[in-house]
Amino acid sequence: MSTRVALEASHAVAEAVRMADVDVTAAYPITPQTHIPERLAEMVANGELTAAYIPVESEHSALSTCLGSSAMGARTFTATAGQGLELMHEVVYVASSMRYPVVMAVCNRALSAPLSVWGDHSDAMAVRDTGWIQVFCQNGQEAFDLTLWAFRVGEDSKVLFPVMVHLDGFTLSHVTEPVILPEQSEVDRFLPRFQYPFALNPDKPTTHGAFGPPEIYSETKLSQEVAFRNSKEVILRGWKEFGDIFGRSYHPVEEYKTENAETLLLTMGAYTETAKIVIDERRDKGEAIGLISLRLWRPFPFEEFRRTVKGAQLIIVFDRCISFGLGGPVFSEIRSALYDEESRPKVVGIIGGLGGRDMSEENFDYVIDRGREIAEKGSDRMIETVGIR
Amino acid sequence: MAEELTWKDLEVGNIITEAGNASFRKTGDWRTERPILDKEKCIKCALCWIYCPDAAIKPSEEGYYEADPYYCKGCGICASVCPAGAITMIAEEEK
Repeated sequence: MSTRVALEASHAVAEAVRMADVDVTAAYPITPQTHIPERLAEMVANGELTAAYIPVESEHSALSTCLGSSAMGARTFTATAGQGLELMHEVVYVASSMRYPVVMAVCNRALSAPLSVWGDHSDAMAVRDTGWIQVFCQNGQEAFDLTLWAFRVGEDSKVLFPVMVHLDGFTLSHVTEPVILPEQSEVDRFLPRFQYPFALNPDKPTTHGAFGPPEIYSETKLSQEVAFRNSKEVILRGWKEFGDIFGRSYHPVEEYKTENAETLLLTMGAYTETAKIVIDERRDKGEAIGLISLRLWRPFPFEEFRRTVKGAQLIIVFDRCISFGLGGPVFSEIRSALYDEESRPKVVGIIGGLGGRDMSEENFDYVIDRGREIAEKGSDRMIETVGIR
Repeated sequence: MAEELTWKDLEVGNIITEAGNASFRKTGDWRTERPILDKEKCIKCALCWIYCPDAAIKPSEEGYYEADPYYCKGCGICASVCPAGAITMIAEEEK
């Protein structure tokens, strides 16, 4: 029988890692991710989890260590945030290119300068192009579920890509919520033991990470891109199997009250739940408005996204990051994803919630009202923002 | 050869499943200088063979040590360590 317990979202992630029975975890503590490795260290020390907990001196070493253990065929987990993800950046790219299915939780944090330990999506957007499967969580249950699912998908022999599970720093990572924990037997059924087909083995030597001169580098990148896009089949199957066993369903694009919606608000991560309250209020008043939340960020779910927004007249994209000189990165991708459609909704973008700035219901009301205004009359501003003085 | 492989032929993560296959690759093709051995001066001490960082020098049947141009990258270490001054580096285009 599953049990419903109160858990901080960070601890829910650690609990999923424990139930996944990881072999190795190497992480360097950084706010707001700290509670995840702390809890894992505690579990290993208490004998609740039999794993190698490898303390390292930096995030660069943390992920490098994880690559080594993953190459040995060990189920491997790490977690980081903000500057930590930046410091490990080159290894982030190496992990996906060498096809090591490490699972990493990222408690999304703003990037310096000025120094900020608080949340936004700048760290996630900076690793947008690194070839990791990436998903965003809205609440503690999802943080647990998607961490478990990440191992199932990444380690699939048809995938073998690392997976990043994004949970908003503080607004999700530090929030205590009811979380349903499954039975270990259910987890074992969902997540078989990992058998990396190319594990390092002295009896059968192989070379990992060889040099790629111009004669072959392009071919390696094309092969990586094709395999990465094809991973979507397993991503979807993983969610289907998850739903069958645990009764909770996930989709690349999550919909909320989208039926006959003329306006769609698009959010990612924990503020989706605040935005839902605003959608409820407006639906009650008879507005044809709904919400979509990108669950799967990479590989980008083009097909599902286009299908979901078909029929809408306006999409208002809320970004928690600025791509300097461009605007909202999610906004620009959404607009680009619709360019080839014969009939497509207008797409406008508004940026807010940077560096831990709270997004209230009133702020989302502004996003919707202003979004509609921009769609109607255009914008005379360099960049559209919310809640910034 | 790498030139003939397409993206479909690559192993997952570009892993090389055949250990030691670098010996099949012509790795001496970016050389700008090559070592020339003067057999008159060579004392067959094998220092060049020991020092060669690429294992490109091999003993011949007569007991001399000569660089294999298929692998030799022309670094000149052999010429530098030769106690008899028997190895000279010459420009690749020189005959």
